[in-house]
Amino acid sequence: MRFLFKTDYDQDLRLLQHGIRKFWYAVLLALLLAAPWMLPEYFTSQLTFILIYGIVGLGLMLLSGYTGLISLGHAAFLAVGAYTEAVLAAHGWPFPLSLAMAALLSAAVGIIVGLPALRVKGIYLSIATMAFGFIVEEVMARWESVTGGNSGLQVGVVSLFGFKLDSEESFYYLCLALAVAITLVMLNLLRSPTGRAFVAIRDSEISAQSMGINLARYKTTSFALSAAITGIAGALYAHKLRIIAPDQFTVLQSIELVLMVVVGGLGSIHGAFFGAAFLIALPQVIVLAKDYLPDAIGQATGLQPTVFGLILIGFVLFEPLGIYGRWLKIRTYLGMFPFYRRGMFKRQKAFMKSERLK
Amino acid sequence: MSLLRADAISVAFGGVRAVADVSFEVNQGEIFTLIGPNGAGKTTIFNLISLFYPLSSGKLVFDGRDLGGLSPHQVAGLGIARTFQNIELFEHATVLQNLLIGRHVHRKTSLAAEMLFLASARAAEREFREEVENVIDFLDLPHYRDTLVAGLPYGVRKVVELARALCTTPKLLLLDEPSSGLNVEETEDMAFWIDDIKNDLGITVLMVEHDMTLVSRVSDRVLALNYGEVIAQGTPAEVQSHPGVIEAYLGGAA
Repeated sequence: MRFLFKTDYDQDLRLLQHGIRKFWYAVLLALLLAAPWMLPEYFTSQLTFILIYGIVGLGLMLLSGYTGLISLGHAAFLAVGAYTEAVLAAHGWPFPLSLAMAALLSAAVGIIVGLPALRVKGIYLSIATMAFGFIVEEVMARWESVTGGNSGLQVGVVSLFGFKLDSEESFYYLCLALAVAITLVMLNLLRSPTGRAFVAIRDSEISAQSMGINLARYKTTSFALSAAITGIAGALYAHKLRIIAPDQFTVLQSIELVLMVVVGGLGSIHGAFFGAAFLIALPQVIVLAKDYLPDAIGQATGLQPTVFGLILIGFVLFEPLGIYGRWLKIRTYLGMFPFYRRGMFKRQKAFMKSERLK
Repeated sequence: MSLLRADAISVAFGGVRAVADVSFEVNQGEIFTLIGPNGAGKTTIFNLISLFYPLSSGKLVFDGRDLGGLSPHQVAGLGIARTFQNIELFEHATVLQNLLIGRHVHRKTSLAAEMLFLASARAAEREFREEVENVIDFLDLPHYRDTLVAGLPYGVRKVVELARALCTTPKLLLLDEPSSGLNVEETEDMAFWIDDIKNDLGITVLMVEHDMTLVSRVSDRVLALNYGEVIAQGTPAEVQSHPGVIEAYLGGAA
């Protein structure tokens, strides 16, 4: 058990609260930096996917996990980012500029989608965003002069300041750098008034308002930032896949993204990456497991969605905080060993929330 | 000098006149209490001041400024803070974070500065923290600083909500039933704090309260309402002995 003696307000402003945590994050970063040398190329590629999905997760986490606005149309922002990048790269724009454009354009679309969010809540908002997802899907398929329609669009490799990032490792490092940068930006936001305003909106709109938080402004900001982050991930996604087509950005994909943040743990930065790792690793595990299952199950169609669904139900029922919640428990268990008591994380139900004025 | 003036304010929901032509003035530095039976329109008046409902008619003037035409989130910026009858805290945040949200009206940093957490953002956070710590000391909350609100007992939540309202450094504090759900001891504390808020912090208080002991102890003036109409106004003693008030609470001699 560790006790932190706080002698300075700055201690609470630090991102890493104490030395031991600093050490572990340094180890993690070192491992991530060394990964391409230690792992076969295939795993580096999977790790790249985890980072890209992790960035999407951060975007969606900001919106759903921190601001409490559910979006079932996030694949559309991914698509906007991916297509912007693909088209601009084909026109020879330098990568930093085209990436910025992908983020900006997604943010602009995010603001447009965010506008109904000022009026509708909960399930109605998710339907509105889902409708938006359908629209974008359709636009991608029909606007053939720009998007290439259903036959898709080729995307070249990233060239950054004259270097071509054509190897698996170099692109991995690019994704790693962006993922770290975006994580830091998110952490900074969350320890500042804007991030707190998002959390306030999530927990009680009525009192957020009476604390002087402009709901319209902050909800729109949240949508814009979330879309921009997702757009950046979209740009990376386009370069990773090398060919993009509308069927990669369907509403099903959006739902998978929501599943990712819920399983990872809503309302935590860790959750975005845990969820991404889960989303990438699970299909592999299922493929591996297929060999050991009886044919009736192993060869059945729809095995993967079924397993996904079951796992989601399991998490919602038993671990609403997702993998991050489980991780917290394990960390506390180890940190307090051998004094951990059962029931330390027992969930309490509070019956004092008012539904007035909602 | 009057800080808040309600000029014949009314609000009707469909055919129901929840507040009908109510006029009152809250003077700078006093504790003004609204009393009345359930459904008398006390909380509705609070919600009118918070601009959650639009006025059907009448005028609200705060600190020489007409509240008409403003949005609900602008009210806090003028210096009006409030608590809620049923506690509206940010459940999944710590007490400290809740109180820091109270400082939101004093935000000066730009989004870009916050994203990069520049020196200006850090300095602003420190300043917020100092203000918040003053309130934590004032209301005796250090013990709960880092606890999640979701795990706090009712009585403490009530104090945290009061603290959050104080963190906005308001000119006028609206307290909606500060003693509801509190035990005798906690109500005592609350009475002391309300007194201190007036005397030490110099904040004007407008409150809705049912506990007449608390009302007579802290209030300077009382306004009694029934069915959205004013039935009496004056010192606590005057209002309590007013025949109309007695009739409203106990029923008339038919």
